[in-house]
Amino acid sequence: MIVVVLVCVVLLAVGAVCALVRAEKGPSVLDRTVALDVLVATMIAGLGVYAAWHRRVDVVPVLVVLSLVGFVGSVAIARFAAVEPEGEGRVRSRDEIAADAAAALGAASAWDDDSGDADEDDRPDTEHFGGGAEGEVR
Amino acid sequence: MTWDRVADVAAAVCLLGGAFLAFAAGVGALRFPDLLARMHAATKPQVLGLVLVLVGLALRLRDRGPVWALVLVALFQMLTAPVAAHLVGRAGYRTGKVRADLLVTDELTRDLERAQAKDGSED
Repeated sequence: MIVVVLVCVVLLAVGAVCALVRAEKGPSVLDRTVALDVLVATMIAGLGVYAAWHRRVDVVPVLVVLSLVGFVGSVAIARFAAVEPEGEGRVRSRDEIAADAAAALGAASAWDDDSGDADEDDRPDTEHFGGGAEGEVR
Repeated sequence: MTWDRVADVAAAVCLLGGAFLAFAAGVGALRFPDLLARMHAATKPQVLGLVLVLVGLALRLRDRGPVWALVLVALFQMLTAPVAAHLVGRAGYRTGKVRADLLVTDELTRDLERAQAKDGSED
C-alpha cells in the first residue's frame, strides 16, 4: 500500500504544481480560475488518498464540504470577468500604480472644484473610482 | 487471497487511476492552448477522477465508517462542477477568450449571427 500511496502523492503533486504554474501564468483571470479548480480537485483527491491510507473516517466530512463549496470561487469570478485591456495581465510597477492613482484622484477633485453648475448625476462616484468595469459581462 | 486483499488491490487501482487523472489535468491545464481546451482537461479529475478516488476510499474503509457520505461527495461535485464550468465558459465566450481558429465547429457564433441578421431584416 505504501508504494501505491507514494505513486499517488507524486502524481498529485506534479499535477498540482502544473496547475499552480498555469494559475500564475494566466493569461486571463478565467484561465487562473480553471487552474484553481484543478487545484481544488487535486486537494480532494489528495485528502481521499490520505484517508484511504490511514483508514481515517473523520476526513470524509471535509471531502463533503470541499465538494460543496469548491465551485463558489469560480462562479463568483466568472460573474465579474470582464474584457481585459491589453497588458492587463502583467504586474504593474510601483511608479505606474502611483501615476494611475494620482490621475484618478485628480479627475475626482476636478469634478469637486467646478461643482457649481455641474449636474449632480454626472459626478463620478468618488467612493468607487471608475465605477463598473468597461465591458463587464452581464 | 482473502476478500480483504482483493478489496485492497481494487482500492489501490482506483486510487492510482484517480491520481493519474489529477496529474493529467494539471499537465493539460498547463500545456493546452486556450480556455476551452484547459476547461476540457480540468473536468477529468472533477468527476471521473473524484469518483475513482471515492470508490478506492470506500473499498479501503469498507464497513468502518460513513461510506454513504462518499456518495454525497460525488453527488455534490456532479451538481456543482457543471455550474462552474457553464459560467466560466459563458464568461470566456463573452470576453473573447475562445480562439475561433482552434474550433472545429462554432454553433453559438453561427446562431448569434443568424439571429442578428434576422433582427436586422425585420426592422
